[in-house]
Amino acid sequence: MDLTYTPEQQAFRAEVRAWLEAHVPAQPLEHYDATREGFEAHRQWEATLKQGDWGMVTWPKEYGGRGVDLIQWLIFEEEYYRAGAPGRVNQNGIFLLGPTLMEFGTHEQKARFLPPMASGEEIWAQAWSEPQAGSDLAGVRATAVRDGDEYVLNGHKIWSSRAVFADWAFGLFRAPGTERHHGMSLIFFPLNAPGVTVNAIKKINGHVGFAEIFLEDVRVPAFNRLGDEGQGWHICMATAGFERGLMLRSPARYQVAAARLAELWEANRDSADPALEADVVRAFMNAEAYALNIYQTASRLMAGAKIGPEASTNKIFWSEMDIHLTETALGILGPQAELTQEAPDAASYDWMDDYIFSLAGPIYAGSNEIQRNIIAERMLGLPRK
Amino acid sequence: MDFTLNDEQRMFAETAQTLFGDTCTPDHWRKQMESGEARDDARWNAIVETGLTLLLLPEEAGGLGLTELDFALIAEKAGYVALPEPLAESAGVAAPLLAALAPDSEVLADPSATIAIQHPANPYVLDADLAGAIILHKDGEAYLATPDQVTLTREESIDPFRRLFKVEWDVANATPLGKADWDLALDRGALFCAAQGLGLAQRAVDLAVAYAQERQQFGKPIGSYQAVKHHLASAQVAIEFARPVVLAAAADIGKRDVQARARISHAKLVALEAAEKAAKASIQVHGAMGYSWEVDVHLFLKRALALKQYWGSPAFHRGRIANRMFTQPTGPDQTFARETENA
Ligand SMILES: Cc1cc2nc3c(=O)[nH]c(=O)nc-3n(C[C@H](O)[C@H](O)[C@H](O)COP(=O)(O)OP(=O)(O)OC[C@H]3O[C@@H](n4cnc5c(N)ncnc54)[C@H](O)[C@@H]3O)c2cc1C
Repeated sequence: MDLTYTPEQQAFRAEVRAWLEAHVPAQPLEHYDATREGFEAHRQWEATLKQGDWGMVTWPKEYGGRGVDLIQWLIFEEEYYRAGAPGRVNQNGIFLLGPTLMEFGTHEQKARFLPPMASGEEIWAQAWSEPQAGSDLAGVRATAVRDGDEYVLNGHKIWSSRAVFADWAFGLFRAPGTERHHGMSLIFFPLNAPGVTVNAIKKINGHVGFAEIFLEDVRVPAFNRLGDEGQGWHICMATAGFERGLMLRSPARYQVAAARLAELWEANRDSADPALEADVVRAFMNAEAYALNIYQTASRLMAGAKIGPEASTNKIFWSEMDIHLTETALGILGPQAELTQEAPDAASYDWMDDYIFSLAGPIYAGSNEIQRNIIAERMLGLPRK
Repeated sequence: MDFTLNDEQRMFAETAQTLFGDTCTPDHWRKQMESGEARDDARWNAIVETGLTLLLLPEEAGGLGLTELDFALIAEKAGYVALPEPLAESAGVAAPLLAALAPDSEVLADPSATIAIQHPANPYVLDADLAGAIILHKDGEAYLATPDQVTLTREESIDPFRRLFKVEWDVANATPLGKADWDLALDRGALFCAAQGLGLAQRAVDLAVAYAQERQQFGKPIGSYQAVKHHLASAQVAIEFARPVVLAAAADIGKRDVQARARISHAKLVALEAAEKAAKASIQVHGAMGYSWEVDVHLFLKRALALKQYWGSPAFHRGRIANRMFTQPTGPDQTFARETENA
């Protein structure tokens, strides 16, 4: 075990830091879920990132990446959050679909889809959930019928993040007549294809953060199927592993939040409830523990291990840590916490928005109840129902 | 950056696991409790022969010169069996302290002798009566005495295997050793408590998993019910996020700076919280069986409760973390930072 960075890793950090200092927009961008302008500003930022070859650093060069390892990816993420760079509007693409494509895609598919993903030219949404298939994802009903070199897609997807403004979606479809985990395929479709209707749904913060998608005889080339026909469930579980396990929530996000919380505490120490200091310390501990856990996982993966059901422990940990951290901030702010950003006395940072968002953490990416079932059954070996 | 264990470390840990697994079973505890035997001599001899007591001693004192990380892995396995003998305290804390002050000391020459330590952090001394020697503390100075040179008063612990003593002594009857590094002793003590906590926690979960697979209610194993699953899954999450902290703390203890001390404190807090949470969940899952003396879960709860307050209270350790937070930079590039880099 060697918990120091190599000179190469330090040089990489310095390179990332210098580039971000020169390029991160001075003014924060409008949120990508708030308006089309906010979304497009973020797309522009993705293009800028790509110019520096920072679109997705772990991908091979030929697909628009830098071919760096997972430790360097963590360093990149640390610098990214430290610099206060804009949120990644294409996170569904680069962090979820990207790694899955890398594992299951053909060379042609990678060459077609990864470079525009890395540059933000094509922004992706995940179209898995359906009104009747949420936690029970194996219950999806949307269908894909093979017709020559094409698939014809029909169905109703929902809760698809960023689908309102995105360009493409990756969806879970089944061959008619198949049931449960069998007969599913993972298929890509453009959100502006004939037969696709996207209706925005407002989140509890008022942003059009997700959408429902209706598909009526939408035709896509068979090329858009990832992996074999009927292998969709298996591939989706791999994606879910990335989602819960490593990529979706890199530790730096929480370390920055914990540092910001510590500042808030120091500024309000004299007026706030002294008991809250323990929660401020806890927030720091949680963020550190999460970072150490992820560094350990990254080291293990680099040594040849595969990510397993322990990915579900990450999902629970970061979602609960986020709620605890933001709740602590609201406690420190006291009566000021309820003021919106428009109020004259508003705090300089919108902790309430972070708190409201944190409440979605135990729901999306597979609810925490489902994650606990997975841990109990697949890690601990307790019997299924 | 390489946050993995090497083959040698894994091998040592496996050896210890096998040894403890074979020699420290519920049958052994029961026999020991009934007979009032403080120590299982056969097991202790096997531990000594395997070299586990020599791990942390420097080579010049006849030891193996390995690191706290190596020893932490052994301490974790000791926690898993709720080992009655004071391996962590004697070989992990007291022996290296003595070796730093008096490498030629006679007790060090006898690998089967345990060494007890009186530390300002702990009002009661563990296994003082059976020790080959007791390290004593006065005004920052260390002294050495044998049990018959001091006055011992037994203080009963809730944990049937923790033998605590109040030690009264006279400087005239002890050998002065000079100024000792009590801080390092505390760090080691806290670190190995944390490592034992990981083992205690995992054992509590494993016992409950085994029970939940067997025990039937409403016509099904209770482990198939979600409420039961979720108790144990939550405990497992706590373990998964304590373990890397303990390992990182063990790897960095030698740095001896603000960050290293805060990480040890972090490790101690979360590992013993995980142990307590797991033990409580395990008792709940066992139902009334879990509340009975017959079922072993209570041993793990009691050890966890004891270790939680031993080698520094939670408030003390939280204070060290707050000190790191408010005197050193924090943030995403500071996970592995050192005080000197930020000086
Ligand atoms: C902010 C946000 C963004 C999202 N983005 C996307 C996206 O981009 N793409 C996408 O496809 N989906 C997305 N989702 C949907 C998300 O994946 C689902 O909401 C989630 O899987 C839960 O499904 P559900 O909402 O239908 O709830 P249900 O499945 O109806 O569950 C309701 C409650 O019952 C519990 N429950 C259900 N079944 C069980 C069980 N077997 N055991 C114990 N408890 C159970 C759940 O844990 C939950 O608490 C998003 C959701 C949110 C909130």
